Amino acid sequence: MSDINSKVVAIIVDKLGVEESEVNAEASFTNDLGADSLDTVELIMEFEKEFNIAIPDDQAENIQTVGDAVTYITENAK
Amino acid sequence: MELKRVVVTGLGALTPIGNTVEEYWTGLISGKSGAAQIQQFDASKFKTNFACEVKNFNVTDHIDRKEARKLDQFSQYAMVSATEAMADSGLDTAECNKDRIGVIWGSGIGGLKTFQDEAQNFFSGDGTPRFNPFFIPKMIADIAAGHISIKYGLRGPNYVTVSACASSTNAIIDAFNLIRLGKADAIVTGGSEAAVNEMGMGGFNALKALSTRNDSPETASRPFDKDRDGFVLGEGSGALILEDYDHAMKRGAKIYAELVGGGMSGDAYHMTAPHPEGIGARNVMLSALEDANMDATEIDYVNVHGTSTPLGDIAETKAIKSVFGEHAYNLNISSTKSMTGHLLGAAGAIEAIACILAVKNDIVPPTINHVTDDPEIDNKLNFTFNEAQKRTVNAALSNTFGFGGHNTSAIFKKFKG
Repeated sequence: MSDINSKVVAIIVDKLGVEESEVNAEASFTNDLGADSLDTVELIMEFEKEFNIAIPDDQAENIQTVGDAVTYITENAK
Repeated sequence: MELKRVVVTGLGALTPIGNTVEEYWTGLISGKSGAAQIQQFDASKFKTNFACEVKNFNVTDHIDRKEARKLDQFSQYAMVSATEAMADSGLDTAECNKDRIGVIWGSGIGGLKTFQDEAQNFFSGDGTPRFNPFFIPKMIADIAAGHISIKYGLRGPNYVTVSACASSTNAIIDAFNLIRLGKADAIVTGGSEAAVNEMGMGGFNALKALSTRNDSPETASRPFDKDRDGFVLGEGSGALILEDYDHAMKRGAKIYAELVGGGMSGDAYHMTAPHPEGIGARNVMLSALEDANMDATEIDYVNVHGTSTPLGDIAETKAIKSVFGEHAYNLNISSTKSMTGHLLGAAGAIEAIACILAVKNDIVPPTINHVTDDPEIDNKLNFTFNEAQKRTVNAALSNTFGFGGHNTSAIFKKFKG
């Protein structure tokens, strides 16, 4: 869990150019972290690559916060 | 309808010989070469391993890291020179009618590195498509104009012209025409290019277009010299603020020069070779003179396309003699590509700036690296070899020609109110 969490946070900090302190579980990519729709697509792709998983589009739509991402990856990572 | 006058009120430059307009001009008149061994990738196996790269450039000094990541290098270069030009012009976007300020940019290729990276990523994988969502909007050549408009909220005419090495002169001429017709108060124009990468160098090498003087990069770009062996690839950006004369006067703007004419023509001859008699080059200079309602004898300086290729330099010289007749011998002629290399779609923009500053400062930048006269080129013409020359420059003409036979000329004149 903590390993997944720290990797997710690192990806978000890198891709969205935000401070690590802003990236808490409740933070929404679009409302709190300044992501637009293309940024969100790129984040999902990075999660797929980092954790070697495939996130279907209908599932990706439900990943809107940092916590959503960590939960999804924890449940689906191989 | 009466056409409006168009003046130049701001300049920006990011070039292989200087990262601001001031540094660029100092480089030009001191005869500085921007050529050196390629730093951006390992070119040791390439036929040509040198180029004129932008130096000491750190993008995050200019653009927020998150934004910079979404911009191909050619757009990053565009943003930097456009920002310098906007600041230089003193245009206050809070005061102006932003619906009447446009952006017309030029790029020959667009985001070649972005294309290279995405293709490499896909074809080295297992066939699963994992393309970055920014791939297309980073790569497309028009995006530079979009980014500049977004930064300043400019909602006037907005597009990019693509005509290979003539691209940014086409952009300047389009901007000129729209302002003349009263369709905009001001336009941010110019061009940018960033093709010093594996695909760019490999592609131009395959065409046998590039100099292969690997043992002496700084003397490789030698237009009109007997031993010239091709052009030196350059990269960077140039930006101009063109403005309706009345609009500029009303806000008390500093005026560099007046843009008085633009010419365009096609060679209709060959994909990459110029017409051997320079017919397209002749026609385009005549068309620019006619547009400016000027006699050929009123031109003092011609900044030639002069890429340092065996055929191109001869054809352009023939065209100049045909257009200017006896006055050709009174002209100062120079190829600033001898210093900057060939910036492709940005060449017209940085060479327009060379002309504008020659007109403003009464100094003609040189054609460096001249060693041996070419018997096929009339050496009684004054090519401003090796050293800048002081002379009164009332009007300067800039030529740019692109693969495909696209020819453009623009004429800048000393501003008199």
